[in-house]
Parts: sequence; C-alpha cells; structure tokens
Amino acid sequence: MLVPLSWLKEYVDINVSPEVLEEKLFSCGFEVEERYQVGKDISGIVVGLVESCDPIEGTHLSLCMVNAGSYGTFQVCCGADNVRAGGKFPLALVGAQVYATAKDHVTVEGLMEIKAGKLRGYDSFGMLCSGTELGLSEDLYPGAGYNGLLVLPEDAEPGADVKEITGLNDWIYDVSITANRPDAMSIFGIAREVAAVLSAPLHAPDLSYTEKLSKTDVTGQGLEVSVAAPDLCPRYIGHYVYDVKIAESPAWMKRRLALVGCSAISNIVDITNYVLKELGQPMHAFDEAFLSQSRIEVRRAREGEPIVTLDEKEFKLNDQNLVICDGEKPVALAGIMGGLNSEIRDTTTGVVFEAAKFARDNVRKTSRALGQASDSSAVFSKGVNEYTTVMAMKRALHLVEELQCGTVSSTHVDVNTGNSVEPRDLTVSVKRVNGVLGITVPDEEIVSILNRLDMQPELSGDTLKLRIPAYREDMEAYQDVAEEVIRMYGYDHVQPTFMPTASVTSGGRSAHQKALLRLRQALAAAGAYEAIHYSFFSPADFDLLMLPQDAPERKAIRILNPINEDLSLMRTTLAPQMLYAIQRNQKRGNIEGRLFEIGKVFLPKELPLADYPEERETLCIGLFGNEESFYTLKGFADTVADTYGVTFRYEAAEATYLHPYQTAAVLLNGEKIGVLGKVKYEIADELVLRTPAYILELDLSPLSKYDSSIKKYRPLPKFDVEKRDFAFVLDQGVSCEQVEEAISGACPYITSVRLFDVYEGANLPKGKKSMAFSVVFTPEDHAFTEQEMVGFTDAVLRDLQEKVGAVLRS
Amino acid sequence: MAESNTLQERLTSIRAEVREKLQAIMDSRSVYEYRKSVFDGKTGLIGSLMREMGKIPKEEKAEFGKRVNEIKNWAQELFDEKNTALKELEMKKRYESERIDVTMPAVKHVHGNLHPVTMVTNQLIDIFAGLGFDIYEGTEIEKDYYNFTALNTPADHPARDMQDTFYLSPEFLLRTQTSAGQIHVMEEKKPPIKIISPGKVFRSDDDATHSPMFTQMEGLVVDKGITLGDLKGMLDEIVQKIFGEGTTTRLRPSYFPFTEPSVEVDVSCFQCKGCGCSLCKGTGWIEILGAGVVNNKVLEGCGIDTDVYSGFAFGVGLERIAMLKYGYNNIKLLFESDLRVLSQIDD
Repeated sequence: MLVPLSWLKEYVDINVSPEVLEEKLFSCGFEVEERYQVGKDISGIVVGLVESCDPIEGTHLSLCMVNAGSYGTFQVCCGADNVRAGGKFPLALVGAQVYATAKDHVTVEGLMEIKAGKLRGYDSFGMLCSGTELGLSEDLYPGAGYNGLLVLPEDAEPGADVKEITGLNDWIYDVSITANRPDAMSIFGIAREVAAVLSAPLHAPDLSYTEKLSKTDVTGQGLEVSVAAPDLCPRYIGHYVYDVKIAESPAWMKRRLALVGCSAISNIVDITNYVLKELGQPMHAFDEAFLSQSRIEVRRAREGEPIVTLDEKEFKLNDQNLVICDGEKPVALAGIMGGLNSEIRDTTTGVVFEAAKFARDNVRKTSRALGQASDSSAVFSKGVNEYTTVMAMKRALHLVEELQCGTVSSTHVDVNTGNSVEPRDLTVSVKRVNGVLGITVPDEEIVSILNRLDMQPELSGDTLKLRIPAYREDMEAYQDVAEEVIRMYGYDHVQPTFMPTASVTSGGRSAHQKALLRLRQALAAAGAYEAIHYSFFSPADFDLLMLPQDAPERKAIRILNPINEDLSLMRTTLAPQMLYAIQRNQKRGNIEGRLFEIGKVFLPKELPLADYPEERETLCIGLFGNEESFYTLKGFADTVADTYGVTFRYEAAEATYLHPYQTAAVLLNGEKIGVLGKVKYEIADELVLRTPAYILELDLSPLSKYDSSIKKYRPLPKFDVEKRDFAFVLDQGVSCEQVEEAISGACPYITSVRLFDVYEGANLPKGKKSMAFSVVFTPEDHAFTEQEMVGFTDAVLRDLQEKVGAVLRS
Repeated sequence: MAESNTLQERLTSIRAEVREKLQAIMDSRSVYEYRKSVFDGKTGLIGSLMREMGKIPKEEKAEFGKRVNEIKNWAQELFDEKNTALKELEMKKRYESERIDVTMPAVKHVHGNLHPVTMVTNQLIDIFAGLGFDIYEGTEIEKDYYNFTALNTPADHPARDMQDTFYLSPEFLLRTQTSAGQIHVMEEKKPPIKIISPGKVFRSDDDATHSPMFTQMEGLVVDKGITLGDLKGMLDEIVQKIFGEGTTTRLRPSYFPFTEPSVEVDVSCFQCKGCGCSLCKGTGWIEILGAGVVNNKVLEGCGIDTDVYSGFAFGVGLERIAMLKYGYNNIKLLFESDLRVLSQIDD
C-alpha cells in the first residue's frame, strides 16, 4: 500500500527523518517494502527567473538570460511558446537529470542529463523545463500538464529548489500490511500506528457536516434500502446528496490521489476514492436519477442475471454473486464495481452514497470467479470493519461540503445486523501477558503503549482492563495484548532463554527414519546421487511408460487447480521423472551417471477422494552409461536388501517400459515388491538417450518391518572352509538360480555358491552352455577329511545331473 | 712347512678363483647355483676341502681345520655381500622399470551423495534430536481441516489468500505448510511435546525463487511455561549451528493465524557479518523463517489446557537454507537432478 509522507503528516506530527520513520514502521510490524522520493529520478532543478528573452530570427527559439539566484545567471536557448521575460520557470542546470520526451514533448522516453551545448550557433547552459520533463502531471501540480514550460509561482525565489515547490521532495512508503490488520489498510490507519510508535498526538479527519432538506423534500420520494442477504452484507449505509455540481476536484485532492496511483475523475467520484485511500472503506456513488423507484435492494443475483460494469464489461451472474439493485435491476456488483447504468455523469444532480460492509469471502470468490477486480474488492477481500463504514460516510459527506459540490440531505438509511461500533471490554492478566513474552515489561510501559493504541488501559494489581476500539477486530485475548505490547516496546527486549520450565525429553529419529537414512547413505556409497522430483506429474507420463489404458498406475489423483496439465496428477510411479532426469542429464552432456530417489507415490482407495490415499514410500534408481548393465542395477537392488538384512529373489518378468528379456521382478518372501530392467529402445529413442538406461522401482513399505533388524555377530568358523570349483555343461535354458539351488541343496555344509564364468560357443554342443561355480563348504564341528569332501562333491554332481541335467565339463 | 705353503697357495688360488667367478655373475639365481657348487661337500672347491682332513698329518690338522673354516667364512661373507649388492641392483632396476607419470589423472572412486536438501534436513534433525525433539512426518495429501481450519484459518480467513493452495477435492488438498502436522501430533500426544516435522509442501507458485513444491520443517514445543524468550533462545542456538558461531537472530512482528504473537526471524548475515552485502541486500540481515507463540485457539482445539501449557512453533524453508548455505542462485537447480549440480556439495 502506498503512503505519501505529506498525507500522513495531516494526521500526525512527524518529527523524525524519513529513514527513521521507515525503521519505526518496520519495528512495529509494518514492513516498508520500498521508500522513494516522488522526484527520485530528477535532480539539479532550480527556480529560474527569465530576465531577458529575445527571439532568434528564423527559428522558434528564444535566447534567454536566466537568473538562478546563487547559482548565477545563465544563457539558455528555449523553444517553448510560453517563455517570457519576467516569468519564473524550472531551470535544469548543467549536470541536472530530467525526463527525456519524444518529439511530442509529452511521451517520456527515459532520462537525460543536461549538458552545455549550442543551438543554432548560440551557447546554451541549461534547459527550461516542462512539467512532463520533471515527471509532473496536471494532477500532481496544477499547470504541469501544459505542453510548454511549467509556470512557477510569482513568489518563488530564483535559485530555490523546484522539488520543494512542486512537492517532488515528498516521500512515498510502500507498506506491506499483514492479513490480521485490515484496519491499517489506509493512510489514516497507518497514521494511527505512526502516532502510537512515535508517541505523537493523532489528528482525526474532520467528519462534520450539516444536514439540510430531506430527499422527499427535494425529489418528492424518499430513499428505501433493503438488504435481502444480511449474511453477505451485514451493514449498508446510504445517504442522499442533492444540488450536486459535477466539476474537477481541487488540486490538493487530485495531487493526493495521483500520489497513490489513482486518477482524478470528478469531484463526487474522487471523494469516494479519496475516502477509500484515506480510511480504507470502499464507497460508491449512484446517480439518483437512474435509481428506479429510488430504491436500493441488496440481494443475491438471479441465475443468469446480466450486469455491465463501469468499465463496460458484461457479466452473467449467479446466486453466489451479491448485487446492489434499484427497483428493477442490478446497478452494482457489490463491493467490486458499480454498474454503467447508474454511473456519475457530468449532468448528475443527485447522488446516493453507499458505504457498506460486504462479506470478505463472498467478494473474494465473486471477484475470482468473474475475473473482475478493483481497489474496492481488494479491500473488501481483506475485510472492513463497521466502525470505519460509519466513519467513512461522515467523512464523504464532510468532503461534499468542503468541496462545495453538493448539499447533504437529512436522508440517511442505515441497515445493519446490530453489530456494535463501540469499543468493547477486554480484561487480561498482566502476568499472563508477560508470561507469553518471557520478560517483565514495566507496568508503566504497558499502560503507555496501550494508551497510545487508544485501548484506554486501567491497571489495578494484575488486572488490566482495556477498551478495544471497534476497528481492532483482531484483539481477542491476552496473547494479542502481548503482541501489541512487544511490538511497541521492541522485540529486541526479548531475552533468549532455554526452556527453563520444560520437561526433559529424549528425541531422535524413529527406527523407520533411521532405516531410510541408512538406505540413502548405502545407495550414495554405491555411487548414486539422490534426486528429488515433484510429487505431481503429467498424464502424458503414462504414455511415455507405454502403459495400457486400464493400467492401475493410471488411477491417479487429479489436482483441481494445477499450474498446468504437466503438473496435474499425483504420481503413481517414480519412473517417468527418473527417465526425464536421465534425459536432461544426457542433453547437458552427462552421458553416464547414477541417480536415486526416495519419494511417495499416491494410491487412492477410490476416486474422487473420500479418505486419505495411501502414500507409499517408493525407491527409484536410474543408471545410465555404457558401463552399466542389468547386473550393475541388480547390485543396487542387493544393496537395498543388504541394508535391511534381507534377501531378494529375482525372476524374469515384464514391465511395459522395460526390455522384454532384461527385466526382473524383485521378490521379498515370495511377494513381488518391485521391478528392474533395461529401458525399452522405443523409449530410449523417444528421449534421444545416447547410452543405455536402466530403471529400478521398488515399494519400500514391505521392508519397513525390517527397519530395526539388528545384525548379530556370527562366530568365525573354527575349522578351515573348503572351496571347490565346478564347471558344468548344461542346456542354455537352465537359469543360474536353478543351478544354484541344485548345488545348495546337495549338501548341508554348502554356505556359498557363486557363479564366476559363463561360456557359450565353440567346443560346446549347440544349445548348451558352460557355467562355472565356486562353492564353499563350511565345517561345523570337525575339519573335513578328503573322503568327506569326495562324498560332498559326488553328491553335488549327482544332484546337478538329476535336477538340471548338468554334466561336469571335461 | 712345504705343505703349509702349498695349502696356503691352494687357498689363495681358491680365493682368487671364487672372487673372479663371483664378480662375473650378475643375477642372484646364478649366485645361488655357484654358491651351491662351491660348498658342495663332494665336488665343491671349498666344500670338499674337509674331505682332505684324513690325509693331513695329525699335528697339522688343527691348523688345516682353522684355515678351511677361515676360507669358508670368507666365502660365505663374499656370497652374502654379492647377494646384497645384486638385490639392491635388481630392486633399483625394478623400481626404475616401474616409473610412472604422477601427474596423470587419478582413478576416481565411485561415490554418490545425498541431495542438498536432504543434507540440510539431516543436519537440522541431528541438532534437534540432540535437544530432545522427535521427528514427525505427516502426509503430503492433507485435509483442509488440518492444513487450515484447525490452524485458526477458517474458510473465509484472508490468510488463505497468502498461500495459493492446490486442491484435490473440497476436503483434500496438498498441504501448504508442514504446520498441518502440529494438529495431528497434538491430537495424538499430550504435552510435553517437542517435535520437528520435515516434509514436502506445495503452493501454486512458479518462478526463480518459488517452486510449486518445496521442503519445510515445522518445529513445535508445547510444555509448561514456554515463552517467546524460549523461542529466541532456541533459534539463537540453532542458527549458530547452521550458519556458524556468532550468528544472531532478530525477531520482528509478523502474522500467522496459528501463532500469536507471530514473528519473522532474520539472521545476521553470515557472509558480511552484518556489514551489508549482496546476499543480505545491504541490510545485514537475512530472513529465514516464520515463528511465534502457538495461538491458544489452536491448543484449545486440540484439547490442551492453555492455563497450564503454552508453546512455540516455527517453520523454515529448507531449500532456502540450502540456497543460502551452498550458494545456489535458483531453486529450480535443486529439482533438475543435474549431476553437475548434485556432485558439487558434500556437507
């Protein structure tokens, strides 16, 4: 919110520098996002008295001698039509900075520095300036809109600073207001805070006016107001003004509106905007002549009811929208914008002012639904209080009199739901206030602070009685009082303590959290980098994985208001984002690498959601590069198993996005918990992958029961283990697992079976392969004799022959 | 004496022969072979000398034995010396043959790493675990009630505008803040409560400093006599552990519906030590988190007696901490999984 320092000073005497004021606002909860001088871009402009002015023949230029007081007298060439001897104009000295304008002298095209120069052979030391060149508009300074020199007052001293004369030295504070303080969303609201924080007196705006004739006296018809939707409009005040003379507003009002970014329109409309900025209460003015039956009815719109707003946009409404109607039709979209049909015109002679409170949620929703917003709707959405609603109407009527643009009638209609605008009582314990802060603020400080905030404190013992102003709807309990006290007393008074009264607790990671940390560390130690991807993804990601239309993965939760379609579904698999991560890396020249992600997939029990969905912890690993293979990825799977102290089984399997013959299911206790394999060539081609990629996706939830499995020491064998190598010839169709199982089953002392060579080709019959295994026999209670070992190996050979048709390779 | 002379001569010539032959040998294998032959009991130049003892007159036996032993010892020594010299030579040659270019690149050890946000999360968890905090992880999909209503943010509350929320249904949404976990914890557990709750949160924002998903960590303490001073004391401790000793905090008023009073917490700029630099935009302070004294309405909603208990809560964006600590200039870098980014930081 923009707050001009000059405007603020109308309500409070500010005797600190603009910088200190910024710090004070910051310290009491109003962060100044930006503080700037109105004329921040221009410099070096002084009052110049043109002492002589001679036309340069054959040109439109005049050669002037300009007296700039203590700066000296300068020869300046000037092309403006209103330059004249004896006139006082802004002189930009050599070295000054002003706005550069286009040929039309109106359009600003950046900034320029004034240099000594020559025009048509005449030296010129400076430039006489227009209002535009100083950044002034007609609203900011009368006469500044003229396309020629800006005329300065007769009494301006040559050499004096033009910024001071024209108000360009004013400061603007862009203040950020937190959502709990809608009462501070105005110049006067900020003034109340400034007065409190500076301990300076507050001067309230003049609310006085005199009521004259009634509307019936004037028009023969009274004003009738009814509110059919009090839930959406707890208060509606209407007041009739007659003998209206539409004209321009006075310079001071136009200037203030311009400083806060509001263009002046006409006195009546400007009054509503002025009150909005000054007090934070949106107002509206209807041309009474266009209010059918002199009636105002506040009601929900009918289905399909049309309205054309002031900016000539048409909307079709529904019963979620609140409208202000006359005897026949909607004349305003409540709290958002007036209707075109009842707007103030040059011919308007009678006006009904509206000051109301509309439900913030309804204004916000209607504004969003229709895509129509205004300064009013922004304020209503934050919330207004009825105290200010009442005050604002008085202020508007006062301004009507002050501007002499109409006569205030005695016709005042106030429809309300009985909310009080009187201060309310709040009694709190000082001990509890201090208890929140952890320090003891001196009683007299507490009383002084709350006095400055107009809360009329009365302290007796521990009991603090307050009268909370009606505009402070946020004040409810001792915690709120504590906040008021400390933000004025200063947060730097809070002393750091370390929970002296709290219980001792032992905390730390749960077994599950520890297990996940171990898993992450194990995967990192194995060479993979952890990735984090969004929890949402694109419907197109299912197609990337070539999933059929009825695939369970496609049953995903939809975000109702996604940023875009690509981020519109809660993910049911981590694979697509891993594939894209691999693609991104390869595009950027990282053609090999290892990534893993531990994240959740979201599995709805039913759609639409009626209950929390399952958020299943899932691991995804992506390997890519020419050195990687199905087996390097399988090594990662085994790392996972080792981390939890379990053993995985693998069996050939299929997945829509993986190689039909290089894919395995991961089994834990016979149950499938994941899949791993080489990414299909079709997908690799689509993603333009330069090296092979491998993906593993694993459900971690079944592993959680092994979170706290503590590995125990197994004593080392007392007797030397025996190691024997076997090379078998078998059918190509026999799997490694089948052979391993046959070997392991052949002798109870076998503790390890490890494949170390596979061979197919020359020297072997067609359809056969050779596999070589290293087998370890571990004795239990005595060292194996040579005979025993012969028996064991014979058993292995016999079983292998029987079970998988293997013969020892000769 | 004639015989002695002869013996003397023989021994001298043996010495000369052995010395000469040995000198010509250039490898230890041949030294070994030659030594074997010289000391051979039957045929060896020296080894066979003792066989002559029988022929030596009795009175000369002692002298003969002494001389033979002398030459034996001399020969042993000579062979040992030769061996040593040869070994040295061979080692020298071997070493020389294995000369490498030490400036050639190292063989890298393959290793990966945790995500920077995980690193920050782990560091914070370690700090808070040491202070007796439990770690609670809520769900990413949350009910409107837990994310807003129970946190004193009813449906028409303007604070809802502060956060653009992703809705999944009228009832379910993607949590916008890990504060949602506070309520679950307080519903399940009675004070004393000391938890932190790290997790992913979601807001409909997407630019260089905002990501629609980011990571937050909520902290909550509810116990007897907890004050704003306790919040400051704890934060002072934490920021020193994260950003280094001497880092201080500054509280300034702010607003969150679920705390009262609410504060924004700034840390003194750890880069310029408060002198003003680009990191702190010249102010000497960096905004890092929001916090406050838990609003009584929130506690009462969870059935906690506010006459006995009070608490504080804070919420911190972990990507922000990672960005400040490790110097990332764009939050998106953290979600792109670019190995050139992920492999840089190890903390």
